[in-house]
Amino acid sequence: MSDAERVERLLRMALAPVEPPEALSDRLERGLTELTDAAVEELADWELSTMRDPRNWARPAAAVVVGGLAAGGLVLVRARQQHRKRQVTGLRALERSLRDVADDLEKRLRR
Amino acid sequence: MEEVEDKQRLDRDFTELYRAHLRDVYSYAYYRIGNHHDAEDLTEQTFLQAYRHFDRAQRESNGRPLRPWLIRIAHNLAANYYRDRSRRPMTRLEDAAVLSAPRGTEEMVEGLEEVKEVLEGVSKLPDDRREALIMRFALDMDNREIARALGRSEGATKVLIHRAIKQLEQGLNDE
Repeated sequence: MSDAERVERLLRMALAPVEPPEALSDRLERGLTELTDAAVEELADWELSTMRDPRNWARPAAAVVVGGLAAGGLVLVRARQQHRKRQVTGLRALERSLRDVADDLEKRLRR
Repeated sequence: MEEVEDKQRLDRDFTELYRAHLRDVYSYAYYRIGNHHDAEDLTEQTFLQAYRHFDRAQRESNGRPLRPWLIRIAHNLAANYYRDRSRRPMTRLEDAAVLSAPRGTEEMVEGLEEVKEVLEGVSKLPDDRREALIMRFALDMDNREIARALGRSEGATKVLIHRAIKQLEQGLNDE
């Protein structure tokens, strides 16, 4: 074995991959969940702002779907997040209120 | 609905990247910084920053692997870490992965002294040489990937690694 090969062998031993601690994965997943939640809120806000224009009133259900499905992103990351449930509750409330607007609009158009 | 599909695909792809390379980023951070606590911080910041720019990186990658891009983020963050804290990397030998890596006891005891010397040698190398060795041996990256992560040509990277190994070899022979 040449000197260079010996050094390479030692380097492989010295610089063996290091497994990340479990606590880091939890922390990382929390951070990523917060980021996606922020993205979902941004998307929901944008959809709500379009609702101010009556021409967009036919889209409330789509708005909810956009927010809801985006919230489903990073499934792996979200799996352990208990606080996520509160966010989902908030989105469902938003969904209900938007559905009410859509139903009301539909009734008025039928009259 | 196109936005929804894009967002879902992006998150799915990012999850894959995260799963595939968490250990790489952590290993890189650990050998760069030299302690687990700061390596955890660096790994966390790397993935958070990667998530923010993932869409663009994916569009611009033209299908090439994103590991070099991810490691480059860690590399830049590590540079900031040293600049802010005026620190010099130093791997603590008692924490080195070699002590926890699964291998035969005899082999470990036999090579331990030499491994310690190599680790000390690595910590004394110039930054670019040390980084290239970490990428090659801890992350098993090839020259092309290392070149992309360091923003160099493949040829220059090959020379860099060759010189780093020669320098280590020289150091070991002198001792």
